[in-house]
Amino acid sequence: MDILMPQLGETVTEGTVSLWVKAVGDTVQPGDPLFEIETDKSSMEIPATCAGVLTDIRVQKGVVVAVGTVVAIITETATAGQRDSLPSAAPLPAAGAIIAPATAVGVQRQLDPHQAVVTPREHYGPGRRADGVAITPLARRLASLAGVDLGQLKGTGPKGRITARDVAATNAKPSARPAFASGAAASDIVALYADVPHDVLPLDGMRKAIARRLLESKQTIPHFYLTVPVFLDALNTLREDANAALSERAAGQKLSVTDLIIKALAVALQQVPEANVIWAEDRILQLRRADIGIAVAIEGGLVTPVIRDVGSKSVTTVSAELKALANRARGRKLQPAEYQGGSIAISNLGMFGIQEFSAIINPPQSAILAVGAAQRVAVETDTGGVRFASQMTVTLSCDHRAIDGAVGARLLAAFKSAIEHPLRLFVQF
Amino acid sequence: MAELTYRDAVARGIAQEMARDPDVVLIGEDIAKAGGVFKATVGLYEQFGPRRVRDTPISEQAILGAAMGAAMTGLKPIAEIMFADFAAVCWDYFANEFPKSRYMTNGQVKTPLVVRLGNGGGARFGAQHSQSVENWCMMIPGLKVVVPSSPVDVIGLMAAAVRDPDPVIFLEHKSLYATKGEVPDGEIVDTLGTAKILRHGKDATILALALMVPRALEAANRLHAEHGIDCEVIDVRSLVPLDTQTILASVARTHRVFTVEENPRLCGWGAELMSIIADEAFYDLDGPLVRITTPHIPLPAADVLEDLVIPSSARIVETVLRTLSN
Amino acid sequence: MSKKISPDDISAEVRLELYRTQVRLREAEQRAFDLFLQNLVKGTSHLSLGQEAIAAGFAVAMQKGDLSFCTYRGHAHTLARGVPVEKVLGELMSRDNGLMRGKGGSMHLTSVEHGVMGSYAIIGAHLPIACGAAWRAQYRGDSDVSVCFFGDGTTNIGAFHEALNFAAIWKLPVVFVCENNLYMEYTPIADVTAVEHPAADRAAAYGLERIIIDGNDADEVLRTARSAYERARRGDGPSLIEAMTYRHSGHSRADPAKYRPEGELERWKERDPIKMYRARLLNLGVSETVLNAIEQEIKDEIEAATVACKAAPPPSTDIIFTDVYADGGWAWRN
Repeated sequence: MDILMPQLGETVTEGTVSLWVKAVGDTVQPGDPLFEIETDKSSMEIPATCAGVLTDIRVQKGVVVAVGTVVAIITETATAGQRDSLPSAAPLPAAGAIIAPATAVGVQRQLDPHQAVVTPREHYGPGRRADGVAITPLARRLASLAGVDLGQLKGTGPKGRITARDVAATNAKPSARPAFASGAAASDIVALYADVPHDVLPLDGMRKAIARRLLESKQTIPHFYLTVPVFLDALNTLREDANAALSERAAGQKLSVTDLIIKALAVALQQVPEANVIWAEDRILQLRRADIGIAVAIEGGLVTPVIRDVGSKSVTTVSAELKALANRARGRKLQPAEYQGGSIAISNLGMFGIQEFSAIINPPQSAILAVGAAQRVAVETDTGGVRFASQMTVTLSCDHRAIDGAVGARLLAAFKSAIEHPLRLFVQF
Repeated sequence: MAELTYRDAVARGIAQEMARDPDVVLIGEDIAKAGGVFKATVGLYEQFGPRRVRDTPISEQAILGAAMGAAMTGLKPIAEIMFADFAAVCWDYFANEFPKSRYMTNGQVKTPLVVRLGNGGGARFGAQHSQSVENWCMMIPGLKVVVPSSPVDVIGLMAAAVRDPDPVIFLEHKSLYATKGEVPDGEIVDTLGTAKILRHGKDATILALALMVPRALEAANRLHAEHGIDCEVIDVRSLVPLDTQTILASVARTHRVFTVEENPRLCGWGAELMSIIADEAFYDLDGPLVRITTPHIPLPAADVLEDLVIPSSARIVETVLRTLSN
Repeated sequence: MSKKISPDDISAEVRLELYRTQVRLREAEQRAFDLFLQNLVKGTSHLSLGQEAIAAGFAVAMQKGDLSFCTYRGHAHTLARGVPVEKVLGELMSRDNGLMRGKGGSMHLTSVEHGVMGSYAIIGAHLPIACGAAWRAQYRGDSDVSVCFFGDGTTNIGAFHEALNFAAIWKLPVVFVCENNLYMEYTPIADVTAVEHPAADRAAAYGLERIIIDGNDADEVLRTARSAYERARRGDGPSLIEAMTYRHSGHSRADPAKYRPEGELERWKERDPIKMYRARLLNLGVSETVLNAIEQEIKDEIEAATVACKAAPPPSTDIIFTDVYADGGWAWRN
């Protein structure tokens, strides 16, 4: 039988063996003093509870151990009818273990301390506009349902609050479907185009989600935009070398410029962690890894799968993950866990020849990098001459609540540097 | 139909239940021959005799313990603890014994009893004879808490409390004992856990209890007559069980809420109600949730002081006006 | 304090029952302590090792329907009313087979079907409650007696005095039993009490007889109990009995009870109620074989109970939300 350190008092967690009354080899009877213990509260003589021979002392005099620790072993003598012969049906505890009945595992009921009270399932945006004007919860709900642009409203409530009355004054009618930024009722719009030949395209879930989320983003996130040119010659050279090397080892795998842009953004986020943040209404969350979303155009819309922890992954891993995610996205097979989260996204319209553009932040992310097409431009050389270089223009949209102008500028500078000195994309520091 | 005082309604409610069920018994200090210090049990001793209406010594623990022991073994006792403030000297029974024995014994022990207390201020009795203790009771799982504001509710809720299988704390407001109201003839039985909308309105909901109910009504009438503000007034009546549905539905109509509470500010019943409203009716709210309470002080005795601290209809009017307009 | 053996008024059958009960309480509580040392009994537990004669004497003298009200030191009184050891150990070990399926724990043992109306962990709380149960018997003309057990420390709390006065003025069929084991918790009762006998010396204040008995003599306890119950059933009102005894264990859990003077425990162990009662039975001609058989039977019951409890599952977590209110649930709102 295992002899345990007992709990001397409700709040005691450990005890000291202060004396061994019995020695290894001694025969003991139930009730014989075995050892003495001391805790911060009291001391006590611990009796044997079974008959047998003390075969092992595991905790020597003076040693402090946790309650429940096995301090000694008594090898029992089977004497029928004695109080000692405790059946050992229950597994004996490991040192320091808190014994839980075996069947307890797996039957724990999930207790929700808020079970008695239900919070709203849907939310209708923040209670304060970027300019500080407060919007009552009811006004937010009514505005959202009616598609009223709260950014344009003047609050006439107490302390300039926008109240339900202000929303009602716009004469907008609540709409069952997600509203459009125009704020006009759907029936009005339909009426306006009644005479124009047109087809009606019903909205699917993705279209509704895009409409709702990007409207919310534009209405509630104070965007600002930073644009910078980035030279691509060094990156292109290295990419060709890398792809040549890859073709020898892994046929078919090729790194794209997008792969390298994702990795470069991760490197930049590592250098400017203040930009790797999420606005969480009452606090800011600064992420410790670079989770980067990639806007993928698919039939009927777009989705933004997120590649996790890009900073710790090699470029080839990132490339492979992007390819897999994009394929799953096009097959509409992404799980919510694959497109939720992230602090920043990349939208690349370079393949369409777009020179530069600014993108809408995908909430709850705090930034998005819009990437334009590469083009050949004339640049002045150090010696005053002219040469041609490959250049793309990127525009970073930032949520000013979480990212200030200088932080955004430093992130963009770090990104530019990573692209223009691309060796670091292949080296883990 | 007859006009009855709140005080006489207490006796009538108890008499109704004692006549119906011989297991219903009444004990307390001075409640028998003397008819109670608040004269709320006058006539019961004469009607039901000394076996069923029994005076006790000044022993609040003995009164409540005896009520519990009797309830556990089959009777339906009603015990009076005179001034609600005295609940503190027998708090063990409120906090540890009545509400926990069913749970701790896995349903073996049942304590169907009613404790009546003379609750609330306004009588110039000072800090130890004027408190509103419904909040003390509300926070204990296992208790039910009833706080009637009118004679008809006293009778109906008393009947519901006596017939309820759980321990019910029944708080009678001392300053309402003399007030009158119409009461129908015959048996009256109400339902615990139901709030009552006493005045319909569209601009704001005012939640009140006991003495604060008539004050809220008076305030609502003035707000309407003098300022064109149309308030809905709800008598919460029962804190446990709590009729959240009536309250939340009202908030969904009016979008503004006030509570009027005759208790010190911290942890009043209104705080719990506002918390539920903030969770569940958040997007129905068109302004802050406002609690009108006694300041966080012991109650003073002098009339000029006491009248200043317990919410008055004037303060309700002023608070509603100020909140809605600036 | 040696007592005369008078075989006339207590039958041999009752004597064996007294012995069986005392041994059963001792062995069951000893087992509870062993299980505690193995960390299988959780939380706190208060043993009454050495005080078995009181629980046995009062319980054996009871009739079916009489009600027991106990304190947090209530294992013995619960078992003495015939509650199975497995139900008690199961509760102590937080198993589903416990008396209250683990919802009450060691300090709240209750078995209404056995007349154990609860174990109350707030000192003094159950004296007025016992009055209430007795009031119901008086009101309805029922013949049962409410018996309320408590320690010497309880005599200094207000509820004790309120209940004594209340029971006396209403002449309630209630019997108050003070188990004076000399210590309130860790402090000698004499150090904190104005009178020598904390219960008996207060009886006069409530117009009651001063009764002090040897709580380690099961026969004396039984006789006292019988006479108090008869008085109660006659309608002559309450009794207050102070039974002198000693607890061999500490106050709770593994309290080592170092506050006791040298030699005190040893002296009391010489007056161990079970040892003394065994000797008396042998003296009266009961054979060793009969006593051994009783002891073996009890050991078997406790062994089986231990096995059953160790194998029993913990309570289902569903019961967290049952029996807060009489509708069986916990809902406080609609």
